[in-house]
Order: sequence, then structure tokens, then C-alpha cells
Amino acid sequence: MTVSRFYSPQSIAEATAILRQQSGCQVLAGGTDLLVQMRNGVKQPEYIVDIKEIPGIRDVTLTNQGLTLGAAAPAQSVTERPDIAAAYPGLVEAIDMIGSTQIQGRCSVGGNLCNASPAADTVPALIAVGAVCHVVGGEGVRQVRVEDFNTGPGENCLKRDELLISLFIPRPGVGSADAYLRFTPRTEMDIAVVGAGVSLSLDPMGTVSAARVAIGAAAPTALLVEEAAAAIIGTTLEESALAALAAAAGAAASPISDKRGSAGYRTKVVGVMARRAAQIACDRAQQRQRRAH
Amino acid sequence: MAIHVTTSINAEPVEFLCEADDTLVHVLRDTLNLTGTKEGCSTGDCGACTIVLDGRLACSCLVLGVEAEGKSIETIEGVATPGALHAVQQSLLDHAGLQCGICTPGIVVAARALLERNADPSEEEVRYWLAGNLCRCTGYDKIIRAVLAAAQDLREAAS
Ligand code: FES
Ligand code: FES
Repeated sequence: MTVSRFYSPQSIAEATAILRQQSGCQVLAGGTDLLVQMRNGVKQPEYIVDIKEIPGIRDVTLTNQGLTLGAAAPAQSVTERPDIAAAYPGLVEAIDMIGSTQIQGRCSVGGNLCNASPAADTVPALIAVGAVCHVVGGEGVRQVRVEDFNTGPGENCLKRDELLISLFIPRPGVGSADAYLRFTPRTEMDIAVVGAGVSLSLDPMGTVSAARVAIGAAAPTALLVEEAAAAIIGTTLEESALAALAAAAGAAASPISDKRGSAGYRTKVVGVMARRAAQIACDRAQQRQRRAH
Repeated sequence: MAIHVTTSINAEPVEFLCEADDTLVHVLRDTLNLTGTKEGCSTGDCGACTIVLDGRLACSCLVLGVEAEGKSIETIEGVATPGALHAVQQSLLDHAGLQCGICTPGIVVAARALLERNADPSEEEVRYWLAGNLCRCTGYDKIIRAVLAAAQDLREAAS
């Protein structure tokens, strides 16, 4: 490692100015991916720009409108909040699957997204709940849906002088809920073989009125699978609807074969994860409806 | 180009010089001679380098020394008081929860942080909390029992 300079900008404008003026910059948030990548030579930045001292960038705020996650907020600052777990149980499950307690004290949801691993646990969960990225760069501000943020393994849509500042997740309604499931050989400290996030809304009669299904570790980036959502909208999640959802999730997958699983295995299991996640999200949505009455 | 860093370690003000890409575990061990913190994997997997940074557990192999600027750090050296071991330390001794001892400082720091947040954890909670602390020697069972016993000791001492 030979980093020649470490910057700790105190504002967004200062950070984007540094990124614009110099090439060879690497943004640092929790560092739990970056320092490993620097150690094994995958990344060799000349300059490090630590964004954690930018005011507000580690804040986590839940209002009636929704949840705002500062891009560098440590995972633990989300998972330790029972109010957030109650509103977004699937998203918090996904965040709580990252690494160890020590890793969760540092790593951020924003970093998990920017790192753009196809197997990142939070990304399908974020897509399922309709999270939107707030991006600021030298040329202004833009909003990017999470499903459009990553462009390939290790690659995202940020331009050189752009920063992810926060993520916004709208608050689910009374008949809505989310769930995230991943398949791993171990219960913790593991990386997804495949993962699936589902959020859905039920109408007062218990019919699915809206749904979002996302899959992870099954393609170069996490995917929003609209066909899988369409397979359950208008149904009460009867067996044929769940089977159609699973088939659509598998059809959307284009996984690689590696030590964690073959492409064929991943394609099969991602459908299983998606249908189970849909069932859990549905059970949760029903519970919320009952509690609201 | 060396960078001057001002921080707090175990409630003492500390200053040091480091390069931009020095990890905190190297600064602690090689510059500050705080060798209680161990380095096993250097990639965040083993937990031997566990410290507390501004109230949260962290792997000091995944923190840069320069990131310590203005922060408050707690290491294993700050756990025992001059007169007595911490309950977790004593309990690990009593339960033979260590052999070579390389993992032990990280386990003590992590277990203490758990008991500060949760005075009465279940075995499952202890196992999940310590999932990032690997031990090649003990087989974990004695470590988990030691932490549960320390929790009980601390509850009895508080009541
Ligand atoms: S040395 Fe830091 S986690 Fe292993
Ligand atoms: S006692 Fe040797 S690694 Fe734990």
C-alpha cells in the first residue's frame, strides 16, 4: 500500500472538490471492504477521502415519511434501533447478516451498495423496499434508484466527483411488509450463495396489490425482477402464484459457478428463497393489518 | 509523509505519527507498544485485533491509524484495573477459556462490550455476538460458558 495523502473533508462541497481535482481518489466510509482490497492489491488508491466527518453522513432518521440512512452510518446504528426493525424487518435482517459484530460497528449500508458486490446482502433488500440514492456531485444532485446504481461487479454509476450521501426508503403502509432471505452454509460470517428480498402490500381482502422482488448473487448485479412481482400481484399467494414467482426469479438469474455454488444450483435456490421471502413478507403484512384493526 | 494524529486511548491523551495507509493495529502495536491487541488475519475475519472505537467494536486491522484523529479508543490494556481483572478476564481463567491466548484480548474486549449492552445474554446471543472472534485452541464451549458466568457474576455484584 502506498497512499500519499489522506483527506477528511468537513463538507460535501469540500469532498466533491477533492474528487474533481485529483484522479486516483478512493472514498472511505467504514473501510471494511476497502482496507481488505488495499491489502490484497485489488485497489491501490493514491489518495483516500474519508467521508465520515461530513456533517449528517452518519445519521439515521426515521419519520412518518420514511427512513433516511446516511451513507456512512455504521450498520449497528441501524440494527440496534427496534423502531427501524419494526418498520423494515427485511431490510434490517439483511443489514444484520453482514460480517461480525466488529464489522457491523464500522461498515455502512451505503458502503455495501457502493462496493457493488453481486452478493451484497443489503442490495436486494434495499431494492425490494424501493430505496432511492441521494447522490451529490460537482454538477449537482441526482436521485438514483438502487436497482440502477450498480453497473457490474465492483462497479457503480457514480461519476468521479460524485458521492452517495444517503439512502431514502419510503415508509411502508399498514398492509405492507418486507423480508430478506439468503442461503449460506453457515449461519453467520458468510457470503450469500443467493439472496432474495421481497416487499409486498395486501389490500383489505388479503390480495397482493403491489410487490417488489429482488434477487442477489444470481447475476452481475442485484436485480429487480418485475416478472416475479407480476406473478403474485392479484393473488393471495396460493401455491400456483408462488411457483410462478419462483420460476420467474430463476428465469431472471444468470449466475456464475464458483466455490459457493454452481450456476444451476443458484438458479434453482434463488427461486426457493424468493418464494419463502414472499411468504414471510405476506405473513408480516397480515400481522400489521390485524394490529391496525 | 508522516501524519500527526491526536487521539485518546484508554482515556489517556495520545499523539503519534503514522503514514496514510498504516492500520491502527500496527500503530497500536509497533508505534505505541500496546501489544495486547493481536493481529491474526488482517482482513476482519478473526477478531484478534478487536478494539472499541467511539463506543463501537471494530477490527483495528480495518481502521487506518489516521482515522483515530479526535476519537476515543479502548484496548485490552484498559480493561483490568490495577487491583483486579475484569469479570470476563477472571471468568476466562476460571473456566480455562484460553490456551495459547492469541484470541483472548479480542474476546475480552468484545465480551465486555456485550455485557455492557446486555447484562443477561442468552447462550445464542453470546455465540452470535462473538461469531467474529475465532479461536483455534479452545473449541469455544469454555469461552461461551466463561462469558455467561461473567455475566452472572456482574449481575450478582450489581444487585
Ligand atoms: S487481525 Fe483484524 S480481524 Fe483478524
Ligand atoms: S486460545 Fe489459542 S486461539 Fe484462542
